Amino acid sequence: MFTKTSRRTVLKSGLTGALATLFMRAKSAESHSIKKYPDSSGVLVDLTRCVGCRSCEAACNAEQNLPEPELPFTDKSVFDEGEHGQKRRTDETRYTVVNRYEPEGLDHPLFRKVQCNHCQEPACLSSCFVNAYTKTPEGAVIYDPDICVGCRTCMIACPFYIPTFKYSSAFHPRILKCIFCYDTRLKYGREPACVEACPQDALLFGSRDTLIKIGRRRIEEKGDRYVDHIYGEYEAGGTSWLYLSSVPFEEVGFNTDISDEPILDSVKNFLGIVPMVLTIWPALFTGFHLLATRKEKGVEDQNIHVPEDK
Amino acid sequence: MRTLTSDIVSLPVAGSQKKDGTLWTLKQRLFLGLTTRQYGQQLCRNPVNWVLALLFAVGFPLLFQRYMYGLGAVTHGSNDYPWGLFLGFGLFGMVPLSASGCLLGTTVSLFGREDFHPIERLALLNGLLGYFFAVIYLEVDLGMPWRLAYPMFVSFGPAAVLFLVAWHVATYLSVQLAEVLPAVFEWIDRPGWKMYIKRITLGLTIAGIILSTLHQGALGALFCYAPSKIHPLWISTEFQWIHFLVSAIFGGLAMVIVSSTLINRYMYWRCGEAFRKSLDNLTLGLAKGASYSMITYLAIKLVAVAHDNEWEYLLTGWGFYYCLEIGLGVVLPMFLFAKGVRDGKTGPVRIAAFITVVGIIWNRLNTSLVCFNYQLYQDIPHWKEIWLTVALYGLYFSVYRFVVYRLPIVFDWDESPSVAK
Ligand code: SF4
Ligand code: SF4
Repeated sequence: MFTKTSRRTVLKSGLTGALATLFMRAKSAESHSIKKYPDSSGVLVDLTRCVGCRSCEAACNAEQNLPEPELPFTDKSVFDEGEHGQKRRTDETRYTVVNRYEPEGLDHPLFRKVQCNHCQEPACLSSCFVNAYTKTPEGAVIYDPDICVGCRTCMIACPFYIPTFKYSSAFHPRILKCIFCYDTRLKYGREPACVEACPQDALLFGSRDTLIKIGRRRIEEKGDRYVDHIYGEYEAGGTSWLYLSSVPFEEVGFNTDISDEPILDSVKNFLGIVPMVLTIWPALFTGFHLLATRKEKGVEDQNIHVPEDK
Repeated sequence: MRTLTSDIVSLPVAGSQKKDGTLWTLKQRLFLGLTTRQYGQQLCRNPVNWVLALLFAVGFPLLFQRYMYGLGAVTHGSNDYPWGLFLGFGLFGMVPLSASGCLLGTTVSLFGREDFHPIERLALLNGLLGYFFAVIYLEVDLGMPWRLAYPMFVSFGPAAVLFLVAWHVATYLSVQLAEVLPAVFEWIDRPGWKMYIKRITLGLTIAGIILSTLHQGALGALFCYAPSKIHPLWISTEFQWIHFLVSAIFGGLAMVIVSSTLINRYMYWRCGEAFRKSLDNLTLGLAKGASYSMITYLAIKLVAVAHDNEWEYLLTGWGFYYCLEIGLGVVLPMFLFAKGVRDGKTGPVRIAAFITVVGIIWNRLNTSLVCFNYQLYQDIPHWKEIWLTVALYGLYFSVYRFVVYRLPIVFDWDESPSVAK
C-alpha cells in the first residue's frame, strides 16, 4: 500500500519536473540567443579631447532632477576626493562622474567619464530575477522601479560597478543609474544631455555601428595619438558607449580584465544542468530507493538477484 | 566519554497524558508542565538567556531603525559591496548548514537506513529552521521586503539564477514544513494525521533532493555573475555550483553533529532513550559521510585550480589565505573525522564538526565579502550590521531551542491510547 502510493507520487513529481523543464527551456532559450541591436545608438568618448570641465555631470544632474551636490560642478577639488582610496563612482546622487588620472610619461592629466555603458548583453538585465531591466531597440538599458525587489544582484553582476542603490530610503528604495536619457531624449531620437553639454566634442552621439567606424578611422589617421583599441567594442559582449584613449586603458581606470564574453555566459554552465537534474533525478533516486529497500519491501524482480542473507 | 547511565530525570511533558491519566493542557505543554512562575525562574537562572536578552535589547531597536530609516541606517550602504553580512552569513552561510534535512531524509526514507531514524527529525528541524531564518535574513536585506513574492507571482526573470533560488527555496520550505509536521501532529494529539504525510514521504524526499541540488548549486552559481570581481581562487565559473553543492553535504552533516552534541549535553533531560543510546554510533556514521564528501570537495577544488590554471596565485598572499581556509576549514576536520571514525571515538568527530561548520561559514564569507572586490578595497561591516546579524542568529537559536524543548524531536512522544484510538 505504502510503496504503491508513493511510487505514484514520485511519478507525479517526475512529470512536474519534466513540465518544468519544458517551461525553463523555452524561456531560457529565448533569453539566451545573443541579440543584435542594429538600430542601437551609442556614444563615442574620446579621452584625448576631454578637459575635465564636468559640464556633462551638471547637465545630467539637471536633466534627471538629481539633488544638488555640496560642491558646485565647477569645483575641481572633487578630483582629489575618493573614499577608500578609490576614484569617485556613481551613486544615488549622480549617474555620471568624471575622474582625473595622471598616467606616467604624460605631461597632462586625462579625464575619464563614467556612466552606464548600456551593454548589448547587459549583466544587470540577465541577473535580475524579476526582469526589471529592459534593453530598448535604441540601445538604452532602462529600469522599472515598480517591480524591483531590491535584491541588488544587478549591482553584483554589472562588471562596471554602475547600478547604485538608494540605501537612504526605507519605503521607496530603488536602483539608480544612467538610462541614456531614454524617457526625455533618446526615445525621440535626441542625444543625451551630457553629450549636448560637452564643449569639447569629447562625446559623440550616433549609431553604434557608425561610431565604431569613426573610432577606427581616428585610430588610423592619428595612430600616434591613440592606442589601437576601442574599449567597449567587445568588452562584456560589447557596449553602446565606446572609448578611445591615448594611453593603455588600465592606466585610466578601465578594467581590462573583463572578458569579451557576456556575463550571462558564465552562468550558462549552471543553467544548463537545471533541466538535466529536473528530469533525471526523480527517476534516478526512485531507482536507488527501490534497490536499497527492495529486501524489506519484498519487491519481486527476476532480473536482479539479491542474496537473502545479510 | 560521557556515560549513558539511566539517571533519567523525569521528562516534562513527554506524552499526551500526565501520570494520573488526564491530558496536559495547551498551557502546560507550552510551559513544559511548570507554572508560569517556575518557568520564569528557570528562564532567569540560565545565563545563556541573559546573553540573548542583551543581544535582543540592542538588536530589536536596530531592526526598527533598519525598517524606518532604510538599510543605510544600519549598514555602510556600500554600492561596491551590495551584499553584506545579512546575505553573506544569513543566506550563503545558513543554507548549506541546513542541507541536513534533505541529507538525512534521503538516508532514512530513500535508502531505507532506518538506523538513522532517531536523529532524522532533528536533521529535518535543523533544515527547516535554517531555511526559514535564511529567508528572515533575506527579508532584512531586501530593499523592498514587501515584494518578496514578486518573482513568484508578478514578474519573472527565469534566466536569472536568483529566480531559481527564490522558487526552490520557497518550494523547499514547504517540503520541509511537511516533513516536520508529524512531530507537531503528535504534540497536538492528532497522530492520525501523520498518515497524510507518510503517504507522500518518498515524493517529498525526492522533491527535496532535486530542489536542494539545484538551489545549493544555484547559490554558488550566483557568484558566477561577478567573475571579474571575486578573486580567481574563490570563483570558478565551471565548478562553482559543484563546490557549493558538495560543501553543503558535509556542512549539513556537521551541523547535525553540532546540534545533537549540544542537545545531548545541555538538554539531556529532553533526549529520549533511542536518541541517547544511538547518538554515538550515529555521530560516527555522519562523520563517515562527511569525510567522504570532504575528499570529493578537495578533489574538485583542485580540479578547479588546475582547470583555470591558477597555480601561480597560490604563491601570493591571497593564495596563502586560500590554503589557510582549505587547510583549517576542510583538511583538518577531515582528518579528525577520519581518525574518530577509525578509532570509534566521538570526541574528535565532534570537534571536527564544530570546525567544519565554522569553515563553511568562513568560505561563504570569503566568497561573498573578503575576496569580493579584491582589486578595490576591503570593507569591514558596520557594527550595527554585525550586531543585527548576531542578534538574528540569537533569535534562530531561541526558536530552535523552544521547539526542541517541546516537540518530539529528540524523544518519542508517548501517545495515550485514549487519543490514538
Ligand atoms: S554597464 Fe552595468 S548597468 Fe549598464 S547595462 Fe551594462 S551591466 Fe547594466
Ligand atoms: S535590485 Fe531590483 S533590478 Fe536589481 S536585480 Fe534585484 S530586483 Fe532586479
